[in-house]
Order: sequence, then C-alpha cells, then structure tokens
Amino acid sequence: MTLTERLREKISQAFYNHGLLCASYPIPIILFTGLCIVACCCPLLKLPLPGTGPVEFTTPVKDYSPPPVALDHKPGEPSERPEWYVGAPVAYIQQIFVKSSVSPWHKNLLAVDVFRSPLSRAFQLVEEIRNHVLRDSSGTRGLEEVCLQVTDLLPGLRKLRNLLPEHGCLLLSPGNFWQNDRERFHADPDIIGTIHQHEPKTLQTSATLKDLLFGVPGKYSGVGLYTRKRMVSYTITLVFRRYHANLRARLMLLHPSPNCSLRAESLVHVHFKEEIGIAELIPLVTTYIILFAYIYFSTRKIDMVKSKWGLALAAVVTVLSSLLMSVGLCTLFGLTPTLNGGEIFPYLVVVIGLENVLVLTKSVVSTPVDLEVKLRIAQGLSSESWSIMKNMATELGIILIGYFTLVPAIQEFCLFAVVGLVSDFFLQMLFFTTVLSIDIRRMELADLNKRLPSEACLPPAKPVGRPARFERQLAVRPSTPHTITLQPSSFRNLRLPKRLRVIYFLARTRLAQRLIMAGTVVWIGILVYTDPAGLRTYLAAQVTEQSPLGDGALTPMPVPSGVLPASHPDPAFSIFPPDAPKLPENQTLPGEPPEPGGPAEGAPDSPVPEVTWGPEDEELWRTLSFRHWPTLFSYYNITLAKSGVGSVFEAQESWERLSDSGKGGLEEPGDSPPLRHRPRGPQPPALFGDQPDLTCLIDTNFSAQPRLSEPTQPEPRHRAGCSRAREGPGYDFSRLVQRVYQEDGLAPSHSPALRPASPGPGSPPTPEDEGGYPEKGSPSLAWAPSADGSIWSLELQGSLIVVGRSSGRLEVWDAIEGTLRCSSEEVSSGITALVFLDKRIVAARLNGSAWRSSSPASPVYSSSDAVACRLTHTVPCAHQKPITALKAAAGRLVTGSQDHTLRVFRLEDSCCLFTLQGHSGAITAVYIDQTMVLASGGQDGAICLWDVLTGSRVSHMFAHRGDVTSLTCTTSCVISSGLDDLISIWDRSTGIKLYSIQQDLGCGASLGVISDNLLVTGGQGCVSFWDLNYGDLLQTVYLGKNSEAQPTRQILVLDNAAIVCNFGSELSLVYVPSVLEKLD
Amino acid sequence: GPPGSWHHHLVQRSLVLFSVGVVLALVLNLLQVQRNVTLFPEEVIATIFSSAWWVPPCCGTAAAVVGLLYPCIDSRLGEPHKFKREWASVMRCVAVFVGINHASAKLDFANNVQLSLTLAALSLGLWWTFDRSRSGLGLGITIAFLATLITQLLVYNGVYQYTSPDFLYIRSWLPCIFFSGGVTVGNIGRQLAMGVPEKPHSD
Repeated sequence: MTLTERLREKISQAFYNHGLLCASYPIPIILFTGLCIVACCCPLLKLPLPGTGPVEFTTPVKDYSPPPVALDHKPGEPSERPEWYVGAPVAYIQQIFVKSSVSPWHKNLLAVDVFRSPLSRAFQLVEEIRNHVLRDSSGTRGLEEVCLQVTDLLPGLRKLRNLLPEHGCLLLSPGNFWQNDRERFHADPDIIGTIHQHEPKTLQTSATLKDLLFGVPGKYSGVGLYTRKRMVSYTITLVFRRYHANLRARLMLLHPSPNCSLRAESLVHVHFKEEIGIAELIPLVTTYIILFAYIYFSTRKIDMVKSKWGLALAAVVTVLSSLLMSVGLCTLFGLTPTLNGGEIFPYLVVVIGLENVLVLTKSVVSTPVDLEVKLRIAQGLSSESWSIMKNMATELGIILIGYFTLVPAIQEFCLFAVVGLVSDFFLQMLFFTTVLSIDIRRMELADLNKRLPSEACLPPAKPVGRPARFERQLAVRPSTPHTITLQPSSFRNLRLPKRLRVIYFLARTRLAQRLIMAGTVVWIGILVYTDPAGLRTYLAAQVTEQSPLGDGALTPMPVPSGVLPASHPDPAFSIFPPDAPKLPENQTLPGEPPEPGGPAEGAPDSPVPEVTWGPEDEELWRTLSFRHWPTLFSYYNITLAKSGVGSVFEAQESWERLSDSGKGGLEEPGDSPPLRHRPRGPQPPALFGDQPDLTCLIDTNFSAQPRLSEPTQPEPRHRAGCSRAREGPGYDFSRLVQRVYQEDGLAPSHSPALRPASPGPGSPPTPEDEGGYPEKGSPSLAWAPSADGSIWSLELQGSLIVVGRSSGRLEVWDAIEGTLRCSSEEVSSGITALVFLDKRIVAARLNGSAWRSSSPASPVYSSSDAVACRLTHTVPCAHQKPITALKAAAGRLVTGSQDHTLRVFRLEDSCCLFTLQGHSGAITAVYIDQTMVLASGGQDGAICLWDVLTGSRVSHMFAHRGDVTSLTCTTSCVISSGLDDLISIWDRSTGIKLYSIQQDLGCGASLGVISDNLLVTGGQGCVSFWDLNYGDLLQTVYLGKNSEAQPTRQILVLDNAAIVCNFGSELSLVYVPSVLEKLD
Repeated sequence: GPPGSWHHHLVQRSLVLFSVGVVLALVLNLLQVQRNVTLFPEEVIATIFSSAWWVPPCCGTAAAVVGLLYPCIDSRLGEPHKFKREWASVMRCVAVFVGINHASAKLDFANNVQLSLTLAALSLGLWWTFDRSRSGLGLGITIAFLATLITQLLVYNGVYQYTSPDFLYIRSWLPCIFFSGGVTVGNIGRQLAMGVPEKPHSD
C-alpha cells in the first residue's frame, strides 16, 4: 500500500464521515454555515458601496485651508473627514448666480426681449471678475494667477473651440456663446438659435453646452421661447486652483442685494468617483455574458435531482458567497482590495469554478437509489473525494505560481483566488452537500409517494456516466417499463403543432407580462441611477412654481444706455438684476473714491419685490446633473476621478456657491494693478482705479548692495514684519536697509549721498538685478499715498527706487532717505514694466485708453544724474499688445508682449534689431544675460532659447502645463518654473530636460540660483537647497515653527549667498554659512 | 449523415466561429485602445467600435479557419479530443482568454519581459487546463508564429502601429495572445464539431 493509496483511503474515509454528518443534521449545519458567511462578510460593510454618484462633504468657509496630503489621523481614531478628503482638490468652483427680469413688461415686446438685456449683463459681470484682484496675506494677485488654467480642448471638440475657453482661465458665462463680445451679442439676430445651436436633438443625460455655460439646469435658466415666468437665471462659473474668498466679498460690495438673506457659509467638497464609460463597459459586459454562459452550461448538467433550479441556485450561492467571504477575510486581515471588483469578479468565479459542485452532485446521484439518503451522500462524497482534493491542490498550485509573477495586481488576484478557493471548498463541503442531501431526501419522498401504489421494490438504477438532457426520463428507470408516470415535463413530448406550442409556452410562462414588467423595472432603475438630479430638478421645479415669483409689479428703473439693443429703443423698460442693482451715478464717476461706508449707501432705495431669493436658490448647483462638472473637465482632458480600484479615490472637487447675499462685505474695494500676464479685458473701470492701495508686498527686490555682504552676526534669520494695512506701521523699506547697514557695521553715511550721485565708473551698479520685479512697494511713512495711481512696476538699483504708476508717472525715490528725487509725467499711460540699467531707465507703457487698441510705447529715460531724468528715446509702437516682460543686459533690451512676440532693441539708440516669433501665447518670462543668451517663456508653457546675435531660435521646449512663470539660466542649464508648480531644469545646449522638482502648492515660482551649481527653492515653511548638476536635495531649512507653515512664495538671492524670502506676510533673511562653505 | 447536411453544418459552424471572432476582436480591441496600445487613425477612435473596419472581418475569418482546422486535424490524426469536452469548459476557456487580454492591456508590469513571460505562462496554463493535446499545442504555436509574422508585415507597411514596440515592430506579448486565441477558438471549434456526426471517411 503506497503512501498515495493510504492518503486516498484516509481522505475517502473522512469524506464519508463528513457526508454522514451533513445528511444527519442538515438544518444546524446550514445555520452554522450561514453564520460563518455573515461573519466573514461583516468587514465588507466598511467598504464603500459601488456606484459612481458624487459624494459630498461640507466644511465652513471660515478659516478654510486645503486638507493635508498625508493622512495623519490614527487609524483607530474616528474621523469626521471622509477618506477621500485628502490633498488639494482639482479645482474650486465658484458660481455667481444672477437672476434678472425685465420690468415693466410691455405688450409690444417680443418674447426674445425677456432675456436679451438680462443676458447682456453677463458681459459686464465677467469683465468685473476678470479685472478683480485677489488679495491675501501673501500678496496681490490677478485672477489669472489663481484660477484654473486650461489648455487645449480635446481634439474631438473642435466645434466648441470658440465657445469654451482655451489657454486661460476656466471662466464660463452665457457670454461665451458670443465669444464674450458684447457687440457680437448685440448684433446677433437670433439669440435663442445661438444658444440652442449645440443642443443635442436626442435625449441626453449628461450636461449640454447650454447647461455648462448657463451653470443652471435648462429648466431654470428661463431661456426658451415658451417660458412663462419671464425670469432669466444664469450663473458665471469660475474655476479656481486655490481657494479665495474675497472675490465674493467684492461682488457683494458691488452688487448689494438687500432683500436677500441667503448665506453661503460653507464649502461643499464634492468627490467624484470614476465613471465607467461605454468603452469600458463593453468588455465588462462581455465578460459577464461569458460568465453567465458558463454558469448556465455548468448548472445545466445538474440532473436527476428533485429541483434543478434549487440546486443550481445553491451552486451559484456557494461560489458567490465564497467570493464575498474571500474579500471579507482579506479585508479583515488588512488587505484592502485595490482592484476593480466588478472587473475581476467574473475571472474569480471562473477560476474558482462550479466544477466541484457538479462533480459532487453527479457522484451523489449516481449512487444506488435504494440506499438511505445519508449513506448515499456519504458514498458519493467519498467516491469523488480524491479527485476533488487533487483538483483543489492543482488549482492552488497554479495560483501559487501566479503569485510568484511579482506583479502586484496578479498577486492580489491570486490572494483573493486562494482565499476564495478555500472558502469555496468549505462551503461546498458544508453548505452544498447539506442542500444536496435535503434535495435527495425530498426526491425520495416524492418518488416513494408515486411509487408506493404500484411498486414496492425497485432495482437500483445504474450509475449514469454522462447524463444528458434527453436521457433524463429513460435513465432513471430504464428497467421499469410498467411504471409509466406522466411527469410534468413530458408536456413537450406531446405532438402539437409548432404554433400551438409557442402559444402554450407563452401562456405557461406569462412571458410577455414578465418581460414588460422587467423592462419597466430596468427602465425605472436606469432613470433613477443615471439622473437622480433630474428627478430632484423636477421636484424643485414643482415647488418653485408655487412660490410667489414673477407676478408682482415691478419698479421701473432707468436703463443704463448701451444695454438695450438698438432695435428696441423702448426706454420704458428696464432690466432689473437684483444681483447687480448698481447706481449709475456711482458707476460713472471716475476718480471719485467711494467712501469707506460705501456699500451701505450703494444699496438701492427702492425695494425689489419681484426677484426674490428663496431657499430654492440656496443650493441651486445641486439641481445640476451630477455629470455637469465631470463633463466640463473632461473637455479639457482633466479627469476628476482617479480611482484606485475599490475604495481609494484621490480626486475631489470642492466648490462654493455664491449667491450675493444680504450685507455686503466691508472689505475695502481693491485696487487692480494690471495683471501682468493677462490684461485681456478692457481697462479696469475708473470706479476702482484710483483707490489707495491696500498695501501688501508681493515681491521685494533688495538691491544688491555691494557692501551688504558679510554680516558679522551669523544670525540665521532676520525678519521684518510687513503689515498690509495702511494705518499700520507699514513696511518701512528704508528702516530695514538701514538696519542691515548697521548690522554690517557700515555707516549709512555713504549711501544717501554717494550712491545717487555716482554716475561715474567708480561704482557701477552691478548688473545682476536687471530683473524687473513686480513689486508693490507699500507707501512707507514718508511716502504720500498719492492719488497718482497705483504702483504697477518697481525697480531698484543702488539706493534708488524707480516706481512706475498706473497714471503714467515715473518717480525716482531715494530708498534711504525716503524722498522723491525726481519724477516725470510725459505720458499718461500706465507703466507696466521697468528696467534700470546703466543710468538708464526703460519703461514699458500701455498707451491709449482701451487695451485692445493700445500701442504700448517703451520710452527710454536717461537718468544720468539721479536728480534729473530726461526722456531720451521713445519707441512709439513697440508691440501690438501690452508689454508683459522687459529685460535688459549687454546693451540689449528685450521686450516680451501679449502679441506672442519678443523684440530685441539696442539700448543706445532704441533701434529694433529683431522681432522673435515662435511662441503661441503671450510672453510671460524673459531672461537675458551678459553672454547674450536669451530665453523666453510664454503662456503656452513653452520655452524658447534664442541667439541674440542672429535672432534665430536655438531650441524650443514644451516645459509646463500653463504659464511659464519665471526663467533663469546658469552657464550650463536653464531653470524654469511654471503655473503647474514644477521647476524644470534643462540642458542649455541640447534643450533636454534634466529633471524637475515638484514644488509645494503656491510656491511654484519661488526659486533662486545661488551659484552655478546651487539652487534654492521655497516650500511650505522652508527653503531647500539643491545641487543643480545632479538634482540632489542638499539641505532643507525651516523658517519657522511647524505650526505656522506658510508657503515661501518668492525668493531672492543676494550676492553674498544670503536669501530673502517672502514668507507669508513676513520677510525672512536667511544667511546660511554652511552653504557658503559648500560653495568654497 | 447525408452530404448536404454535412455542408450545412460546416457553413453553420463557420458562421458561428466567424461571429465569435468578430465579437472577440471588437471587444479585445476596445480593451487595447483604451490603454492606447494600438493606434488607429483618429477619426476611427471616435466611433464606439474603435478599430479599423477591416480588423473584425479578418479576425472572424481567421477564427473560422482555425476553428474548422482544429477538429479536422484531430480527425486526420485519428485522436479525437476527449478532454473536458463540454460547453462549460469552453466558456471557462473563453473567459480565461479574455482575462489574459485584460491583463495584457490593463495591468502595470515592471517591464516588457515580465509582461511577456507572465502572459506566456498564462497561455501555456490555458492550453494545459483546457486542451492538453499535442495537436493543439502544435497548431497553436504555428498560428502564433504565422499571425505574428502577418502583424509584423502589416505594421512594417504602415497599416497601423503599436505604441512602444519592443519586438521588432510589435509588442512582444502578441504571440502569446495569438497562441491562447488559437487554443480558445480551437476549443470552440471542437465543441461545435462534437454536436455534429463526423463525416464518414469512407465516401
């Protein structure tokens, strides 16, 4: 007796005993198995339910900050935050909801007039938003810098190219239908046609273009020929990359809405899970079809039992619950499934298989029927025990081999399959065997009942090798011809005509009724599943119709001219957007700053009874289709959902609804220096053009003082506070400089006199500060908060500060004494950029009142004596569009403009040498140095290297998603930073990217080059030093306590390896001796 | 049976095999296109069945040929295939084949060698689990070789292309896919031939 045979006998014996046990106590065993299944599936309750609906989480607006990237809460500790609330969201969405109607309504007005003038308000609002300047503790930024920059639309959406923004802010309004062009809107004869031209003809569940641009569901917008309410609603949708609250405050100020009591105090974070597209669905459906075919063909073989369907069901239940148990057990032991359960499920079923179940059934039913039931079960089990164990071992072996492929996904699959196989075996042995025994017993009873009258004893049926369907009746009783029992299934043996059989079949199964019922259920299910918002829209609409909207008489208001289309010169009707009830007189007075208490006065006296804000407006965005935002973002190939399969989802989206509500914010109206990157809209209205600025430092140019070096104190950091309020102490520039001087042990004596009056070659200003630093210098105590316009540009050399103002005034200040040395005011066009080099000041202006038709000139001033500046040259029309970047070195002046070109001028005579073309977006960054290397970066995210001597393009790199924000070069590489918060280092000669550094959010542009091989970047509360050649992180220096980690937004490197960082609202001066040692 | 019925069955079988090939080609290509493994011209991608028009018919024809060839070779060799001859097993085989395709398209492997080795092991496992006949192995390898050669020629002539080819012009796992496809279709073909009385050799 070999070992195998002994083993075989043992197994067979064990199975026999087990079969006896199962057949003897069926009910307790089934109960026990059920308990086991439930216990093992318990951990599954923690897993999220499948489904693709968005999940929401609400946080208060106040003190909002993006959640940290890392999960820091303890696993056991119950957390209020959902698991997906991790890291910065994809975008913040702010919707400005506008409701307006025409009042009074005249009989002779056309139906189109209901929405013609309300819609025209959108253009104005969009302009206001575009020109808005956002302020926070770290500085003043244009909308362009904080909004979500989008690049190209997907290639398949060419027809939407004019309607959705590209290469810029994602800002949507109904005005997009007319390319945000008011003239185009007024010239449009068929507004409804324009709006509906892209509406799909067929039923569509996802968001249409109209929904996207209007930002409200189609029913709500009120734009349609058959609208009864004459109320137009739309939203302006803004997508931010970072959260900013003060646009809302500003809009509340501009458009106080007295009768509105809405409060928007919470931020709703919406988390989208991955949606399954049709392309993914087809393979999935195919695998499921194959699975069902497999199950069908398998269970069809179950035969000679009392209830075929019952046993088939038991078999399927066995496999399914073994899978559930497998997942449950794995979860229990800490293995969270990352695979997409729906996708791998069919494969798991196929791997585990129904084979054993079938073999068991076949073996049991082929035992002699005259035996006792439990003996039959036991015999059947034991006769197949060996093959079952052998199969199981083989499968386990195969799966174990799969485990050693070391592919994580396959390993996980194998793990589930192994646990599934084992639990399947467990269930087969306990659950299925017991069910089988019950079934066999029932069959026996039935047979006995049938057989008793005629026959007492039956010869045992022969075991049937491979039963097939047509053998069924014959196989059971082949040797008992005299017991003819009419089985129910013998119906089909009757010879009926085919038609009749079909009809009988239909009648018997009630097929038609069942099909219709099933179809209805499926249809309702699809309806509810795909568009739950649609149902809610319907309900909300029902509620709205009953609310008292759209009936009362309207108070007439004067119409601002230009709002009405020329074809309807009827002066008697006015538009009445309650969001925008601005007083015309307030609006049209330029240069008059509103009083601090302005918002209270700004409210119209007349009550607005008509357009009310009810609770139904409170959360209007909820009525949008839940595919609204995914659809919008998918146009730009941004997926909102990155799903690890199963439970881990990373993407989230937050948005805030803004409905202009009650008391306007009391924040001071902001000034808007032109956004250097995007002065796209018309010039900011004079209403907020002349405000004294809220002073806040966004960047500081500590001029490279030649004597500033070697601070004797090795004090690592030195801070100077910078307050943003005017009435505060202010940022006293001169005091700081003086203090540095004192620390240096240098008398400040030489600076005031010597420096300005140093035209000679004695101490030529070092050229390394040729960068134009967009600084908003705060008016220090000595500086008049002038009415001369805000500061748009600033440049510092030696102890002279050159200031360019929006009024076109050029001022030269003495930084140490704080006195105005000279000023020049020839042209009244704002100075957008300044360069101060070799006793010359170059100022780029924007001429003309309108941006579009402006011809910016770049006059060159010569300040040979610091006290006097005189205009030496003027280049009348340097660029077609405003100049955004200005740099000078080596006797050359380079200007970059929004017209996608760069120009190179000779500094002596302002002669234009080259016009460099090669970018497909506005120029945002320019670098030129003494070695005549010119690099430029644009809004298209590309970097070009040029040869200044020949004007030819040397290389062209696609560097960033979004704008290139800064560029600098060393002898061997080019360093660029972009809006995508990446710093990329490129080989200068080949244009190949060497590596890139991912920056913290908001710290994208904070970098400085200390030497040819040392780079410093800013991070969240720290600065890091990198080896430029290898990309290694050398050291990270923390600037403060961890609790007050603020992003380091700007970095400036002084020539003694000290670093000045703009760190929150403070300045940090970091002096790192160790870095110097490394340098040596 | 009479010759007419025999031809009737032959046509029926080849039709079934053809449609199986077409469906599998569409579905599996969809899997690959999702992962940007194959690149067809842009307009084609826009359609739901995102392969070029000629791909499904070619696959269908190939499936019909292979599916008829397997039982034919079996009967020529005189060793009819008896191992696991049932539809449930065939379905299981198809599911595993789809799974192999799924793995090749969707899983992230460390490198192509690992991917190809894993898929080769999976295809051999497929053959061993569902076929286990020498003729099946030989035929599968032949099919894999020929099909790989044809795709090489197609790609070489620029009809379509693979992203990041690592085996001359194609992906190195392609032979494995062809092999397992051959075994699967052969399995279906044998099962289809089972239900039909064998053509007597005497006439």
